Amino acid sequence: MGKITGAQMLIKCLKEEGVEVIFGFPGGVVIPIYDAIFDSDIRHILVRHEQGAVHAADGYARATGKVGVCLATSGPGATNLITGIANAYMDSVPVVAITGQVATDLIGTDAFQEADITGITAPITKHNYLIQDIKDLPVIIKEAFHIASTGRPGPVLIDIPVDISKGMIEDNIKVELKLEGYKPTYIGNPRQILSAARGIYESKKPVIFAGGGIVSSGASDILTEFAHTLNIPVITTLIGKGAFSDADELSVGMAGMHGTKPANLSFTGTDMIIAVGVRFDDRVTGKLSEFAKNSLVIHIDIDPAEIGKNVKVDIPIVGDAKSVLTDLLGRYKELVEKKGEPDRKEWLDYVMALKKQCAFKPGNEPESLKPGYIIRKIWEATGGNAIICTEVGQNQMWAAQYFKCLKPRTFISSGGLGTMGFGLPAAIGAKVGCPGKTVIDIAGDGSIQMNSQELATAVLNKIPVKIMILNNGYLGLVRQWQELFWDKRYSHTDIVDSVDFVKLIEAYGGVGFRVTKKSEVESTIKKALEIDNVVMVDFRIEREENVYPMVPAGYPIDQMIECE
Amino acid sequence: MSGNHIISVLVENKSGVLAKISGLFSRRGFNIESLAVGPTEDEKISRITIVVNAEIHSLEQVVKQLYKLINVIKIQELDPSNIVERELVLIKVNADNSTRAEILEIVDIFRANIVDVAKKSLSIEITGNSRKIQGIEELLQPYGILELVRTGKIALSRGSKK
Ligand SMILES: Cc1ncc(C[n+]2csc(CCOP(=O)(O)OP(=O)(O)O)c2C)c(N)n1
Ligand SMILES: [Mg+2]
Repeated sequence: MGKITGAQMLIKCLKEEGVEVIFGFPGGVVIPIYDAIFDSDIRHILVRHEQGAVHAADGYARATGKVGVCLATSGPGATNLITGIANAYMDSVPVVAITGQVATDLIGTDAFQEADITGITAPITKHNYLIQDIKDLPVIIKEAFHIASTGRPGPVLIDIPVDISKGMIEDNIKVELKLEGYKPTYIGNPRQILSAARGIYESKKPVIFAGGGIVSSGASDILTEFAHTLNIPVITTLIGKGAFSDADELSVGMAGMHGTKPANLSFTGTDMIIAVGVRFDDRVTGKLSEFAKNSLVIHIDIDPAEIGKNVKVDIPIVGDAKSVLTDLLGRYKELVEKKGEPDRKEWLDYVMALKKQCAFKPGNEPESLKPGYIIRKIWEATGGNAIICTEVGQNQMWAAQYFKCLKPRTFISSGGLGTMGFGLPAAIGAKVGCPGKTVIDIAGDGSIQMNSQELATAVLNKIPVKIMILNNGYLGLVRQWQELFWDKRYSHTDIVDSVDFVKLIEAYGGVGFRVTKKSEVESTIKKALEIDNVVMVDFRIEREENVYPMVPAGYPIDQMIECE
Repeated sequence: MSGNHIISVLVENKSGVLAKISGLFSRRGFNIESLAVGPTEDEKISRITIVVNAEIHSLEQVVKQLYKLINVIKIQELDPSNIVERELVLIKVNADNSTRAEILEIVDIFRANIVDVAKKSLSIEITGNSRKIQGIEELLQPYGILELVRTGKIALSRGSKK
């Protein structure tokens, strides 16, 4: 058998894992890897900043369910990945980040562009590797993809010293996975599932609380069947948006600081929370000691460490959402067969009345340019059939509130880390993964400036994402806090007229529009979607529009500030 | 229930593993009282014995987080009433002609060993459980302890169970 370089072996292993695309940026110690990419049919997308590469890999992974891959050089290339790795970690996204490292014999000497990236990323990766022996390369790649994509998904980093990429290795990638310390539990404990089924059967006011775990386990269909069989309302998290159709009659939308009123009030009224694939973030629970005080909690999660971490759990079930929900539904149906359908009409009526009361009523809309109107028009123009990416801030909350997601993997947003600058590169990744879909980044004027260099990546690689900027001239969400809780002292949140966004996108070779009037919204969105290029629309929305409802930080989840 | 807990962690004997484990403790706000690490009967596996002061709920959380580390194979919280625990301590204590005999007597009572004799000091080696070590430390204190080093606790559960 012949020998190949470590870099060639890396590419071979990536192909073996089914990798179609790498988002990356070159540098000294990854030249051998780039040289191998040059001869390979794996698509490489050259970004303009490594943060763009990792967010794109993240967006690709969220949109497709496959592992996203990014590549960066040592030192500053690697450290530029950090925000994106932390972002993927917080939202449990399967990403494999490959970094170059200085040669093995230079490690630890503060060599040029040396950074201890495995040390730095230990707290923000599911696992990481520094390859020290070329013989380990194939098995490490295999392990990395396995770990990133199974159990609770997450980012894995592989640091490859340059002498290993340049070194020679037998051209044979037959390796065996042997991970003694890694055995995720997929099947839920039958006894726990039975007691959960009984608990649900006995409960008078149950709700389902669905998170990102539903999406990553592919459990949306079974969740829908489950909810309809039980006939109970479904609340989602931000990351769980799309896990259950927002258009479903049983959906009450997203809970939390900017959650819907029916969702937040359901948490107060319920006597049984069936939480699946959620982690009870403080943005969702509000004041923890008041959260769901009168309720039992069933918590289903593949990560045992999530269970009981924040909220006291009565019936814990460790396992894969799809598998557990399937089993739980089976047990529940048996109970119904034996004892008859339980009566929960009163509860359902109560929740549905809340929902009706809060539903959007057309006809009383103001003439000024409002974000809710714009997002509803985007929904109408796409028939809800688009992948929505968001930046962070008010734009993100408005997108979550007003865009009715119908399917999983159609709402891509930085939840746990709340990373401004995520949306554009994530949209690029999503569009690369789903070229047939319309991909829209609902952006803020602040966030978009954090990774706007990736407009070049999108235009040059013909990745026609659409960027809809809800431009309020403010770091709006921070301004809103300053308005409500800091006496309107707008310290350093006014960013009005930072840049002419139309000229900006034109400078990159894309197409730009500016919208200042309500009457222009619909036609401009239509044009933007028709043009086969990157389009940026600068919507000049009312500057001091706030996101409501809002639960102030540290308050019980049912204490919402509503519209002024 | 707050207090000291002994956890025994079997890990793959690979570089970087100890850093990942100790990092996890500090990140989650835990103070390690002592930590001892060394290879087991299987050279590919190391045992880390950690004594940590924590409230029971947060200890559970840290154990779960430890389990998430890919290189961690097995974790046991050891029940203090059903283990053999040992720690080795070296103590250098002031000693001159007038005190040497008394100190040797203490060493004898505790079945400790003298490992170095100098003009003005004695170095003592003692193994045992925490109570025994605390005992000798208190008795030696009045003479002036110059230096003290401890290995940290190691422990095994009793009986043939692994
Ligand atoms: C990288 C980063 N820095 C700072 C913040 C804090 N932050 C949260 S929202 C926000 C304002 C975002 O402004 P913009 O993108 O214009 O969105 P808007 O709220 O105005 O819609 C800021 C600064 C953050 N989330 N991420
Ligand atoms: Mg703004």
